[in-house]
Amino acid sequence: MIPELGNFFLILAFINAILLGTLPFYGAHTNHKGLIQFAHRASTSIFLLMLVSFVCLTIAFIQNDFSVAYVANHSNTQLPIYYRISAVWGSHEGSLLLWVLILTGWIFAVSSFSKSLPAEMTARVLGVMGLIAVGFISFTLFTSNPFERTLPFIPIDGADLNPLLQDFGLIVHPPMLYMGYVGFSVVFAFAIAGLLQGELDHQWAKWSRPWTTVAWIFMTLGIALGSWWAYYELGWGGWWFWDPVENASFLPWLAGTALIHSLAATEKRGAFKSWTVLLAILTFSLSLLGTFLVRSGVLTSVHAFANDPVRGKFILVFLAIVVGASLILYAIQSSKVRSKSNYTLVSREIAILFNNALLAVSTFVVLVGTLHPLMVEAFTDGKSSVGPPYFNLMFSVFFIPILLLMPLGQQINWKKDDLPMLLKKYIWWFVSCVVLALLLTFGLNGFTFESLEPMALLGTILGLWVIAGTIKYIQLQSAKGKTRWAGMRKISRSYWGMVLAHIGVAVTTLGVVLTSYYSIEKDIRIEMGETVEVEEVSVYFKDFQNIQGPNYISSKAIFEVSNSGDFIAELKPEKRRYNASQMVMTEAAIDPGLFRDVYIAMGEPLNNGAWAIRVYYKPFVRWIWLGAIFMALGGILAMTDKRYREKKFKKKVSEEAVSNGQ
Amino acid sequence: MANKKILITSIPIVIFTALVVVFWFSLGSDPTELPSQRIGKQVPEFNLSNLHNPEEAFTHQDLPKKPFLLNVWATWCVSCHVEHPYLVKFANQYPIPIIGLNYKDVRVDALEYLNKGGDPYLFSIADEDGTLGIDLGVYGAPETFIVDGDGVIHHRYVGVIDERVWNTVILPKVKELDPSLVDVEATQ
Amino acid sequence: MKKFLLAISLLLSAQLAEAVIETYDFDNEEQEQLYYEIISELRCPKCQNQTIADSDASLSRDLRFIVQQKVKAGETKGQILNYMQERYGDFVLYDPPVQPANYILWFSPLIIFLIILVVVVIRVGRRTIDPETGDVKMNDTHSNEKGE
Repeated sequence: MIPELGNFFLILAFINAILLGTLPFYGAHTNHKGLIQFAHRASTSIFLLMLVSFVCLTIAFIQNDFSVAYVANHSNTQLPIYYRISAVWGSHEGSLLLWVLILTGWIFAVSSFSKSLPAEMTARVLGVMGLIAVGFISFTLFTSNPFERTLPFIPIDGADLNPLLQDFGLIVHPPMLYMGYVGFSVVFAFAIAGLLQGELDHQWAKWSRPWTTVAWIFMTLGIALGSWWAYYELGWGGWWFWDPVENASFLPWLAGTALIHSLAATEKRGAFKSWTVLLAILTFSLSLLGTFLVRSGVLTSVHAFANDPVRGKFILVFLAIVVGASLILYAIQSSKVRSKSNYTLVSREIAILFNNALLAVSTFVVLVGTLHPLMVEAFTDGKSSVGPPYFNLMFSVFFIPILLLMPLGQQINWKKDDLPMLLKKYIWWFVSCVVLALLLTFGLNGFTFESLEPMALLGTILGLWVIAGTIKYIQLQSAKGKTRWAGMRKISRSYWGMVLAHIGVAVTTLGVVLTSYYSIEKDIRIEMGETVEVEEVSVYFKDFQNIQGPNYISSKAIFEVSNSGDFIAELKPEKRRYNASQMVMTEAAIDPGLFRDVYIAMGEPLNNGAWAIRVYYKPFVRWIWLGAIFMALGGILAMTDKRYREKKFKKKVSEEAVSNGQ
Repeated sequence: MANKKILITSIPIVIFTALVVVFWFSLGSDPTELPSQRIGKQVPEFNLSNLHNPEEAFTHQDLPKKPFLLNVWATWCVSCHVEHPYLVKFANQYPIPIIGLNYKDVRVDALEYLNKGGDPYLFSIADEDGTLGIDLGVYGAPETFIVDGDGVIHHRYVGVIDERVWNTVILPKVKELDPSLVDVEATQ
Repeated sequence: MKKFLLAISLLLSAQLAEAVIETYDFDNEEQEQLYYEIISELRCPKCQNQTIADSDASLSRDLRFIVQQKVKAGETKGQILNYMQERYGDFVLYDPPVQPANYILWFSPLIIFLIILVVVVIRVGRRTIDPETGDVKMNDTHSNEKGE
């Protein structure tokens, strides 16, 4: 009964989406108050309908209702309750339902927080999002309905959730990521509404900014969580593989990052209007492209959902309609838009332009690398692969200048600045960073410059340079106040946000570079009671146990790790066999630290009770995700800047004044 | 002037359209299927034992001097079990020689399997270490190579050969090489 | 059939979850480094998207063994990659070779960036600040077209 109810509410939400995707446009066009008001009511109702539908599927999981095919394939009676709930989005159908729920959540949020916007604008924005919802709900209903029954042959028990996904990381990673992916639909809708209205002024940019930043924050955290999850769960110590599915999330992130910057130039200086709108369209298009790549099976990936050409065709058609229509609208409307070009070559506008050019080309690198195998297959009879060697090299080529220019870009003036003066302020800071980086890499390299990797040195210099440049920026800005403290307080919250996000980029860069070049990885054979040395670290095999888990049996080893006699940690890696699927999983044991992780994964049992194990020593690996947290915090500061709230407040006051006057 | 600008603002839609076309044609194809690197080349040289007699060795000199199929299989390969009855049937029906390449298998298991399920092979090569398999670029059994009388590989089929594959893929290719092999009437 | 596909996908992910841990001996550290470098640049031909270093498929084991043998025999990285490419094609190379089919991959990003650079410098470079009004002077015949 409950699954039918879920299906019923999904159908209602579909009808609701159709109404939301049509009537408000007509209302905005004819200035029909009732229809514009309808947009808000329909936004609330569609969210509630999706919420009920989603809860119905969740109940089916909690109750182990194996008459529902999706539940039967992805759950099991032995599965703990919290994994039964997260199993709702453990595979294609349910995750799509979550996607739609989140989309309607964003619709509801826009409708709730846009009281200060012109009514027709809001109506159009909600209408565009309604149309997107029509596409995704029909995709769910017609190709991937999670409520489909297995009748009449109801299995006694379910096939179980993939053990890889029975983990905290999976509970939080997909919702976060989807919040980001779908969140970009808001700024997309703003762009389309703006193009329809032919108004792409600085107001448009101002409304779009906080929404872009929110989506970007979720995306940043979602990607970082995914990387962290892969690191501890997959057991090979990797945190990024440039897999198509990873790239699918990285593409909108990169475009979104560019968008955040170009929106600033559009809002404050009226520059790059046409480009900013295009970027807003492209960012969400890349989100949709990601959905297509992950769910159509055109690319091989470790994370891809089951292949189904029908689903692929459906999303491709949807993608073609949404993106195609937007780009045609863009071609016609934006050719009429005039941007202000009130700046010279040495100016913040140009700094932002280069930031955007470099980020756009980096996005292009990731895009072309991801799609190249498809193109080779389409135009030749061969097959090709593009992997980490290509991406690491080409991405660095364009990311190095980004880091190099970042500190200068923070400080440079709008319109015109004096380049030699600017460089003079920073030169000694840069030199200090070079010296510090030399010392640091010298130390990490084992107190020698022999076979020092130039890229490791360069990366360290750049990471330090961004941090130093940011401190210098605060120093320069705070000097404008009467006292240092007063100067600091004058720096607005959004600038603090920028500072923190940029430091985050530096921290991540340092983490990536130092782990990549100074990690130690060793596969060793070890017997119980034996001690094996891995560089300075010694690993002592202390004990071995067989353990019964809730839905698995496990072989657990206990190792004592010490560094030149000093005890570091006791690590307990496991090898689990899950009862339902009989899948074997390695649970790596990690001793985390701010400056290094020690990581042990169990391999195969060898003869004489010995085991093959893999030991990693990973310096600075935490910094990769720590940087992402900084970036997200920076984003939170920026979006909560009072300039976004003030306007709303004032508007409210004036509205009240008007109504009081009547 | 607006006309000139619309040319620039139309660039994205043009690029996007091209992409959609590429995607559309990628949809049907299986991204896990690999083209063989050995097409148009000789079967690599080998020196491997007879599956039925470890003392006896086969080299590429022993390959038939007329077109034949080289079928890579193993007892551990689940799909091979599906394929096997078809091969037995086709071997009885058609005069096309099928050579078995028993890939990374245990000899006793393989022999027992052939005893039970029937032996469709003209002769069977035991590739215990998988060296010939790797030289052939085998990545997933069962794989079937269509080879001509000079030992040149013309086609590789990856996956189970059933009735449909036999009639639509294997027979037409063999027919190109030697029509007489496909003529069932003549042999029956 | 659906069940079967599911089972297959589970098997594939099972391979993914199991870390590959082997203990090979090498003559010296350079060889060991070379070995790890090579196996992390070769794609497992039968997996979803994994290097032969990360994959637990039996084919990957065989290929790792071959790489190890060849490294110990003193072959260079180029020779070993070539050996693999001859058998499994460009597909196994995660580092796509610089050849016409891959030119778009290797050169188009840089070309696009250079075009942007040149256009910006030419268009914006001519602008100066009017010392009296402080406004930007376009010094450019079609400056009002300057867009994005």
